[in-house]
Amino acid sequence: MITLIRRPNPSRFWSYATPVAAVIATMIAGGLLFALLGKHPVEAIRVIFYEPLFGENAAYFRGQLLVKAGPLVLIACGLAVGFRAGIWNIGAEGQYIMGALASAWLALHMYPAESHWLFPAMIVLGAIGGLLWAMIPALLKVWFGTSEILVSLMLVYVAENLLAYMAFGPLKNPEGYGFPGSRNLQDYPSAHNAELIAGTGLHWGVVAALVAVIFTYILMHRHIMGFRIRVAGEAPRAARFAGVVPARLVMISLGFAGALAGLAGMFEVSGPAGQITDSFNVGYGFTAIIVAFLGRLHPVGILLAGLLMALTYIGGDMAQLTLGLPSAAIQVFQGMLLFFLLGFDVLTNFRVRLGRRAVA
Amino acid sequence: MSELLQIEGLTKAYPGVVANDDVALAVGEGEVHALLGENGAGKSTLVKMLYGLVKPDRGTMRFRGQAFTPADPRAARAAGVAMVFQHFSLFEALNVAENVALGMETPPPMRQLAAKIREISNDYGLPLDPARLVGDLSAGERQRVEIVRCLLQDPKLLIMDEPTSVLTPQEVEILFKTLRKLSQEGTAILYISHKLEEIRTLCDGATILRGGKVVAHCNPREKTARELAELMVGGAFNVTDRANRELGDVVLEARGLSLPPMSQFGPSLKEIGFELRAGEVLGIGGVAGNGQEELLATLSGERVSAAGTLWLRGQDISGLGPNPRRARGVLAAPEERLGHAAVPAMSLTENAILTGTLRKKLTRNGFVDQAAAERFAQDVITGFDVRTPGPHVAARALSGGNLQKFVIGREVLQAPEVLIVNQPTWGVDAAAAAAIRQALLDLAAKGAAVIVISQDLDELMEVADRFAALNEGRLSEPRATKGLTIEEVGLMLGGAHGMQEAQL
Repeated sequence: MITLIRRPNPSRFWSYATPVAAVIATMIAGGLLFALLGKHPVEAIRVIFYEPLFGENAAYFRGQLLVKAGPLVLIACGLAVGFRAGIWNIGAEGQYIMGALASAWLALHMYPAESHWLFPAMIVLGAIGGLLWAMIPALLKVWFGTSEILVSLMLVYVAENLLAYMAFGPLKNPEGYGFPGSRNLQDYPSAHNAELIAGTGLHWGVVAALVAVIFTYILMHRHIMGFRIRVAGEAPRAARFAGVVPARLVMISLGFAGALAGLAGMFEVSGPAGQITDSFNVGYGFTAIIVAFLGRLHPVGILLAGLLMALTYIGGDMAQLTLGLPSAAIQVFQGMLLFFLLGFDVLTNFRVRLGRRAVA
Repeated sequence: MSELLQIEGLTKAYPGVVANDDVALAVGEGEVHALLGENGAGKSTLVKMLYGLVKPDRGTMRFRGQAFTPADPRAARAAGVAMVFQHFSLFEALNVAENVALGMETPPPMRQLAAKIREISNDYGLPLDPARLVGDLSAGERQRVEIVRCLLQDPKLLIMDEPTSVLTPQEVEILFKTLRKLSQEGTAILYISHKLEEIRTLCDGATILRGGKVVAHCNPREKTARELAELMVGGAFNVTDRANRELGDVVLEARGLSLPPMSQFGPSLKEIGFELRAGEVLGIGGVAGNGQEELLATLSGERVSAAGTLWLRGQDISGLGPNPRRARGVLAAPEERLGHAAVPAMSLTENAILTGTLRKKLTRNGFVDQAAAERFAQDVITGFDVRTPGPHVAARALSGGNLQKFVIGREVLQAPEVLIVNQPTWGVDAAAAAAIRQALLDLAAKGAAVIVISQDLDELMEVADRFAALNEGRLSEPRATKGLTIEEVGLMLGGAHGMQEAQL
């Protein structure tokens, strides 16, 4: 019989150790999964975690690391604020798409005029696009008490359809010989989010992610606003007693997450992706949920978790290419990480006792 | 009187604490025996062992002349031990008979059960309508359901845990008549309470526990309440010092204050009105669930009421939230410590920030001043003798009494103009309770206006200048406590909630 005994104080050791334990458990369980698929487990794990960093083509892949980690960290920072408050925005993917659409629309509208103001204006519009999309679940929750989980998630599919419509319709490249997709913003200097230092993968989105990490840290751990957000997540009645207005909190946390997700979409469409296509979104908004939890909803943790998840993306791609692993196996692998993390999390707040059940 | 229950050398240890240490106790047939002690003295552990919820490490129990080792509550019930818990386990959405049936191994057909409930409840002077929804019953009536549920098993020993904490004085009288009748019929009663006067009127014998050990067996009728209290606490007992106070101007005034219910079975507040002067303590009595939570929420600003219903020194504050009210000097301490007055998983420093931000200036331009917050938390800990390793400890790691001292201290040290507290000493040991009451009186002596909402009438008589009763969301006209008799208080509380006492 296993008994869980609640710890009076959350364990400091386990709150740091669980992410590490979860990563190790994921490697073991993932290895088993790969073995069942007939691949050599150690080899697969090596390809995923080692090759991109220290393998033959590491120079290229290390740059990719920042490209992938940037949007993950940016989105996860926003999500973490809401998650701390107990507001579950599952629709960052949709807010990401809307940020990209809004900023790309502006750029394509201005094409081919060159201006120093275009890029900053795209940043603003990207944030606004994500923010407004996130306001839909926020306002519906405040006015009608709907679940933000369902509404934000369903709006992802709406956004995806809107994206496809834009890629095939209004934003389609008029000089694209009938191919779907917009003009490539990489060929439009004023709108291009170019690499800042060649070969590093460092672009403005990565800078924005670092700023978001610092900003979120200050907000959540130094400012009274962050304190109130944390109280609301821990004890809603105490939050009300401390003067927190729940409706305002819903708007702020969804709005913040939406704006950051929109920004991530903007930097992606103007940089690494370059254009609006129907396959523009690759699940950053969903993976960021894992990143947020893996990073303990703490900005610094999120930074590390974002890099780790980026690694599994790149390593996963490599494993698909070199070992022929199905892409679904990689997604299962990433999902396992969250699963194990939440499982091990029990240890932070509970002590496990084996043996005969004690009668309390 | 032959011995019904005999306990010898009973010991039960938990990691870090010996809850019962070599406890001996004997209860005769038909005896009403009191089990006295502070919180944590080991009363609950003892009765849990009797009721088969906990197994003793050592020692013997004999019940009706036979060795008694109940493996679970079912075995205890089968042997003739029944228990009425302090917290009821009833479903509000079911009626009385259905609730009773749920607790039975083989419930008879509903109609037969209803007739049986009616018969037993009338026999023992606790009339109950089996068809009524439990959600509509008063706390006193809910307790009757629990008692009748026990009586249906025809117990030889009835354990009652703090049964009168939810009753009005008239309801207590009815309950005592029932218990005396049971005792005459040979049913023994093990009566747990910390209300000493009650024990002196009801019980034939008493066992006093302190720190898990039996410190005395006595006949409570031969001791004074003070002697019993000193045995319980183990030393001289601090009596609160109530200095003469000058009452000032009216500080807080409620006029026709109404509020819709906050939950499905919750009460609404109806046309509440009172005036509160500087330096005055207003005691609001009544059984929990009659609008206490709602009243605290409207006074603290968690719920806003219609314009013109609440005035602070002539200024309408009805529409203000908790923080603007704090800025004006209106502070509050809710009843529920964990999750309302304090955040369980957060440290004491963070819990100090929870309400102290404005008046203690714990932020600068919105940024938390960690050092100032820690200093404030430390001040509360030192000033109110909160036993804890330091301000970094999570609130949920503190015992109820210590956390309550912290919660009250946090508000008192912010020098409020008006302080509203709900059940300030609920679940707090006698020494800590006395300290909290003294702090409230000292605050009033400095000119603050204090509202104490409490179920404990003795407490209200001790601290309050005026007393008002809150019953089904209505507040009676406040009356001076000086010269107020307990019967008058009972009548103000709505008597026995309009229920008839059956003829015995």
